[in-house]
Amino acid sequence: MNKKRPKHLELWNISFPLPAIVSGLHRISGALMSLAIPFVLFALAGTLSSAERFDAFKSCISNPLVKIALLVVLWAFLHHACAGIRFLLMDIHKGVDLPTARLSAKIVLAVSLVLTAVIGVYAW
Amino acid sequence: MVNRQVVGAHYGLRDWLVQRVTAVIMLVYTIGIVAFLFLATDASYAAWQALFACTWVKVLTTVTVVALLWHAWVGVRDIWMDYVQPVGIRLTLHVLTILWLVASFIYSIHVVWGV
Repeated sequence: MNKKRPKHLELWNISFPLPAIVSGLHRISGALMSLAIPFVLFALAGTLSSAERFDAFKSCISNPLVKIALLVVLWAFLHHACAGIRFLLMDIHKGVDLPTARLSAKIVLAVSLVLTAVIGVYAW
Repeated sequence: MVNRQVVGAHYGLRDWLVQRVTAVIMLVYTIGIVAFLFLATDASYAAWQALFACTWVKVLTTVTVVALLWHAWVGVRDIWMDYVQPVGIRLTLHVLTILWLVASFIYSIHVVWGV
């Protein structure tokens, strides 16, 4: 194992493969959502409250900053769920070969971004 | 086969399994809620409130919240274990994470069962 190997550390020439990016975003989106838990519970409380408080809640989430935050959490959820399904399939040995793994990584990125955009446009 | 000495705290397999089982519970719950939003004849404010007035919905929601918090604990703890090496800082972060999740659980009981 002491063979001299060529080293290629030109950081402007190398980049993470797509499956690694999906995996990293899975972790980042998970960390983000664990911070968002109480706020999502607060939103659920808002949708379940009385009519007057519901109106106050609606005007709160119509604030552009709150909307952007909600969209970020929505993307985090969709990406985490799609990437999670991909990992569960790999656990049962579906799509572990490299071409399929690269394709499914692309699909995860695309589906979560497109769904976020569609729901965002629909709800805005 | 290599006869190797297994060392460590021996919770790896259990947590690996917990992470997957809790993930499936959350996926099933999400599919149920999304199906309600799409299929309910009147997905209105009143229908949404009526749904969460059912005891079985409250029970399933609480089960899912427990799955969520357990899943979050395993995930966040793994992040601290990967990136934070000094024991004192890591212990503090673990305690803060547990407090965050326990507080979230108590608040979720208030939200789901308080209406």
